[in-house]
Amino acid sequence: MPTKIEKDAYTGSDTTGHEWDGIRELNTPLPKWWVYTFYATILWAIGLFILYPAIPGLFSHSKGVLGWTTRDQVAEQMTAAQAAQAGFLDRINQASLEEIVGDNELFTVAQVGGKAAFADNCAPCHAPGGAGRPAFPVLADDDWLWGGTLPEISHTISFGVRADNDESRFSEMPAYDGVFSGQETADLAQYVLSLSRPGADLAAVERAAPLFEDNCVACHEVGGQGNRELGAPRLSDQIWLYADEESAIVSQINQPRHGKMPAWGERLNEATIKMLAVYVHSLGGGE
Amino acid sequence: MNKINQPVAEPDVPVVDVVSTKLREVDPPLYMSRNRVYPRRVSGTFRRVKWMVLAVLLGIYYLVPWVRWDRGPDAPNQAVLIDMPARRAYFLWIEIWPQEIYFLAGLLILAALALFLVTSIAGRVWCGYTCPQTVWTDLFMWVERRIEGDRNARMRLDRTSFNLRKAVLKVAKHSVWLLISVLTGGAWIMYFNDAPTVLPAFITGQAGKTVYLFVGLFTATTYVLAGWAREQVCTYMCPWPRFQAALFDEDTLIVSYQNERGEPRGHHKKGQDWGELGHCVDCNQCVAVCPTGIDIRDGQQLECISCALCIDACNTVMAKVGLPGNLISYDTERRQESRIVGTDATYRLLRPRTLLYGALCLIAAGLLLWGLTHRTTLEINVLHDRNPLFVMLSDGSVRNGYTIRLLNKVREERQLILQADGLPGAALQVTGQETTGRERVALLANPDGVTTYHVFVKLPRGEIYDETIPFSFTLTAATESVSAAHETVFRGPTK
Repeated sequence: MPTKIEKDAYTGSDTTGHEWDGIRELNTPLPKWWVYTFYATILWAIGLFILYPAIPGLFSHSKGVLGWTTRDQVAEQMTAAQAAQAGFLDRINQASLEEIVGDNELFTVAQVGGKAAFADNCAPCHAPGGAGRPAFPVLADDDWLWGGTLPEISHTISFGVRADNDESRFSEMPAYDGVFSGQETADLAQYVLSLSRPGADLAAVERAAPLFEDNCVACHEVGGQGNRELGAPRLSDQIWLYADEESAIVSQINQPRHGKMPAWGERLNEATIKMLAVYVHSLGGGE
Repeated sequence: MNKINQPVAEPDVPVVDVVSTKLREVDPPLYMSRNRVYPRRVSGTFRRVKWMVLAVLLGIYYLVPWVRWDRGPDAPNQAVLIDMPARRAYFLWIEIWPQEIYFLAGLLILAALALFLVTSIAGRVWCGYTCPQTVWTDLFMWVERRIEGDRNARMRLDRTSFNLRKAVLKVAKHSVWLLISVLTGGAWIMYFNDAPTVLPAFITGQAGKTVYLFVGLFTATTYVLAGWAREQVCTYMCPWPRFQAALFDEDTLIVSYQNERGEPRGHHKKGQDWGELGHCVDCNQCVAVCPTGIDIRDGQQLECISCALCIDACNTVMAKVGLPGNLISYDTERRQESRIVGTDATYRLLRPRTLLYGALCLIAAGLLLWGLTHRTTLEINVLHDRNPLFVMLSDGSVRNGYTIRLLNKVREERQLILQADGLPGAALQVTGQETTGRERVALLANPDGVTTYHVFVKLPRGEIYDETIPFSFTLTAATESVSAAHETVFRGPTK
């Protein structure tokens, strides 16, 4: 670079002596304190490089003098969060389900804790908010296979449905494939549909009435009212676990499907089960 | 300041091409040491105005937190208070919730527009008179002058080598500066805490960490910015001087030197004939009093904060030499140009620019006022449940869930009635309440706070005519004529 320092006649300032295609640059010096501040920020950055993890390598990175890591920080925060929750969880452990619901504070804790546990463990089948999926019961409605009171919900969660333990909810509808003729099965399906809606084939319903009486009433009760002791679904309401079509009912009579649910008592602690029961109970169908 | 960037010739003087005056062997310095400014004491109209503005502004700043305002037993009785933990801001009778932060935004917009208006009328009035940087720097310079003496004495003191007198004066000055700084930082936190409570707590060491942190922060900034940085803040840090020129026009009042009257400048002996001499006696008083150290005779400059002290200084000298004042004055470019050609243009206050800024100010102020007078004390927010969107019930009806938040901005509990408007056949049930299937439900809104409820709405299958049915939740009070509503939808199955 040429360094021909000139004084610009118009502004009276020095130029830097640099020239590009006839354009000359005025020298407008920065204040020194500004430059020193800039140096100070560089020093500060070097300090951070020394204290904290900063320089990447091929397989690792510089650890920093302080030994700080984001993982440690998360662990610390988790510990702190657990410590903060401990008091509430102790109280939930001590309290009965009814006491939890009756205590505003504990109820709020159980709702929040239950929601989190539900999202982790239950939502894959029952969908967020207990909205249910085909073949997985809706938990937010007013229809329960095994009962919708707090203790009943808690029991179902703890011991599961058709799980490998003695306390588990268990029922098994026999397969009527081959027992009934195709016509009989179709008639029965019409009968089941007639329990909850008008418009069924009345002749078929009449033909199926004695069959229903002989084979189904034992579990599904008179008029298809259902029996929660046996986990026999109510057939007379508008809620269908599989589908409300004749073909689906025929298939269920011939080869019944039986849903399974693990016994969560083996995986979750008592407080979590309680919070889950309270949460599910509050979804809108609790009894 | 240095003379860099200051025009030495008028723009309409023919520009001489760049001439090489001398060749230097060394590279020019790219960094510049600061030229210390020693403003001289000055008296006059604008100095008096500046003292008055300073007294009023500092008075407001330091005293306002101590003004009390009775809001009843459960509310703070400080007239101006920003209560961060409780999420409330109080300004006299106005109480702002975080949801209403737009009032603050509106106030800032109004302030910005007012700044534009004032700047387009009279230049950097904000910089010269009311900017905290100017006000505190003025106060600090006053302290400096009282302790170390006026310009010449201060320059002498700084030149002398270290001795006892210098040490005493410097320690005294910085002590007073620090005291003012602590008071400044202390006053700041009183806008965020109850003043009579936080003061004794602060002194006895009982106040919270943030209190000490912010007092420390504002003490440090006051001391550094008003004591040490001064005009460097205006010249190098502040963005305002950089774009103020966009708000100026040829009718903006600017502190300016009357070139055609003052030049050619020169010393003038008493009784001597003025002859060819201009009225500027080149006494350099305008430079000596300037807080940013510039020469106003070089024309309008970035560094000039329009404090008008050079006007006072020059007028004093003009009176002494028996010439009319206002050789330096608030003047407009149009008037200056007209005087050069011998005419006398009038000052125009009303022009498109000022009218536009004025109108915008009025609109902003009007909207703000409308918002304040129409502020409601009851609001309802509704959040439709997403999971599940709706639930089919065993009797064939459909149920939707809603989270409802009641914002009650009065200090009494309110008995409210909630109903679903435009949803015939709807039955409401509040989670946690025993009663079921009511057309309307009673809700209790906590005083001065948000109360959250979860409400189920059940609709018989026969009433569901569409996948999405719009309706609104309306809230009425049992005993007073206040109401609120929120539009939402009822979702049902597709078939």
